[in-house]
Order: sequence, then C-alpha cells, then structure tokens
Amino acid sequence: MKSTPSSKNFYQWFDPRGRSISSWGFIINRITALGLSLYFILHLIMLGQLTQGQQAYDGFIALVKNPIFAVGELLVIAAGVLHGINGVRIGLTSFGIGVRYQVMMLIFGAVISAGIIIFFGFRMFGGV
Amino acid sequence: MIEITWKITIRIPRQRQDEISAEWQDFSVEISPDETVLDAVEKIWAFQDHTLTFRHACHHSTCGACGMRVNGVEKLTCITPIREVTRNNGTLRVEPLRNFPVVSDLVVDLSRFFEDIERMHPPQVATNRQDNLLYEPVADESANLERLVDCIECGLCVSACPVALTDNEYLGPASLAALQQALAASIDTAEIDLADHHTGAWRCHSAFECSAVCPSNVEPGYRIMDLRKQLMQKNFKQWFGGKGKRA
Repeated sequence: MKSTPSSKNFYQWFDPRGRSISSWGFIINRITALGLSLYFILHLIMLGQLTQGQQAYDGFIALVKNPIFAVGELLVIAAGVLHGINGVRIGLTSFGIGVRYQVMMLIFGAVISAGIIIFFGFRMFGGV
Repeated sequence: MIEITWKITIRIPRQRQDEISAEWQDFSVEISPDETVLDAVEKIWAFQDHTLTFRHACHHSTCGACGMRVNGVEKLTCITPIREVTRNNGTLRVEPLRNFPVVSDLVVDLSRFFEDIERMHPPQVATNRQDNLLYEPVADESANLERLVDCIECGLCVSACPVALTDNEYLGPASLAALQQALAASIDTAEIDLADHHTGAWRCHSAFECSAVCPSNVEPGYRIMDLRKQLMQKNFKQWFGGKGKRA
C-alpha cells in the first residue's frame, strides 16, 4: 500500500505549496539547521588546517578572503538569526506561551530577522 | 435565475491496494461552480466510471468521511465549493489523504488512526468550559451547556502534518488533541503519560498545519502545545520532589 509515512518522504517537508504561513517557520528552521550544520563541518575542516602548519593555514585564510566567502558568511549570519529567533518562538509556544499568537510571532520574528540581516549586510558590504 | 455551468477536468490517481504506483486519470465534468468537489466526484462515479472508489456519508461536514487532498491541500470535499478551488476550464487534482495506507483510489485505511484516538478516551460530550482551550472566551451563561466535542475524525490533520509524513510511530495531531480534550474533561481513564514519549507530544515540530486544515476548529496544534505545558509541569514536579501525577 502506498502513501504510508516513510523517511523517504522528507523532501516534502520543503514543499510550501498549499501550506499555511506557519509551515514557513517549519521549513525555514529545517533549511537553516542544515545550513548551520554544513557551516559547522566546514568550520571544523578550516580549524583542521591549523594542524597542517602555518603555511597551509595562511593559504586557506587567503582563500576565504574572497568576496564569495563573505556572502557565505552573511548567509551563516542570516541562518543563525532566523533559526535563533524562530527557535525562541517555538520554545515559547512549547511552554504554552503565546500559542494563539504564533503566526503573529512568526511574522514579527521574520521582520526583526530581516532588519538584523540587512544591518549586517550593510556592515559587511556597505563600504565596498 | 441563470444557471452557470463550468467545464472542469478532474485528475484522480487510480490505484489498488496491491499496486506500487498510481496512474492518473482525467475526467471531464460539467458542474455548477456552487456545487462541491464531492458532488463532482460523485458525478464521475455516477456517469463515467463506476469503479471509482471514495468515502462519503453525511454531505454536511459532520461525519468526516470525505476528506481528500484537493490541489495538494486537505479539504472536506463535501463543503468545498468548486469555485473556491478552480475556475471554468480549469483542472482540479483530487488525491487521497497522505500518511495513511491507500486502500483504493481515494479511500485510505483509517483503522489505526481510529484506534489511536480511542486509546485516548476522548469525551463524546463536554461542557463548553471543559472543552475550550484556556485562551478561548467562554460566555458565562453557556459555560455549563453540553455540546458534542468538535473532532469529526476526518484525518485531515494527520495528512497535513509534516512529521506524520516521515514518522510512522508518531501518534499524530488528532490523537494528541483527543487526549488533551480528555484531560480537560477530567476523564479518569485519560493518561497524560501516553503523550510523554518521543512519539507523542514531543515529536511535534510546531508547523501548525493540523490547525490550519482542521474543518472543525479543534486546533490540534494548540492542544499539543497545551499538552506539552501540562507535561512540563508534571515532570518538573516529579523531578523536584512533588507528586505531579497530573498537572
């Protein structure tokens, strides 16, 4: 029989078609969590360069000064902010606080996040 | 009075229990836009294909039998007007609910879903005050009036739930909401411990899709959050020396 729950269905988590605004919080949290996990792994790899000696580390640092990596850093900040603020919303609702206003909190959190991300964007690229 | 008729195409996945994949079949239907999606499905069965299988009973959103996915969104088809989900010459995708085994065409097997709800001992009837969530306003004069509990056991919430998509063991929004209602109604056989499990209230990931699609305003998502609150109160009491059998 088809259509039974299966871990193979996980890709449907990321399909927002027909879903309510609350699902955007769910989807954003999953995407940002995956992004932050990836960043964490890359960060550990970068730190691992320290064990390869000064030359290898300096070479790697020179590489990540490329502007493309700065965009990546902004994405990491965006992911951290979105995941953190939405996490506060989920934490509060899980304690039974503000459940009725969870959609409002999601929108408010998104606006605050956008403000923080734009602020960091200007700080990082405003002088370019 | 001018009677308007729309010509629409309805796409339905045809499958039997033992078939691995479904085959989409298109049906052309002439129908008033004020008729419902269930009316359209019945017209297909009556005039085009007697082998089409689907569930239906009351036709006024009381029995919960006709839950289906209409253009990817869970709907009670008996109260979903055609004009709300398509346009003249448009196409309508009608599918069985997700997260349940498909028995045939648009029919899914809800037996485990019903058993899980039954285990929670939900009240059939409750007073307004007992059945309302804390934040819902209750008029004093109606507080002690009895009413049927809202859930019509249609399964739309389970179909919409992203966690139920991937976790076969998850109790699901309807069962957890039923437990919250049972606890609110102080039913002795209701056990909050049933929700205190990784497949219970803690498995919910707060997408609130269950509340968005519920045709009966049960607000399962909000009730799961209330259960979590009760569980935390109970567990904190137990961890720090209190009795706390039930919050």
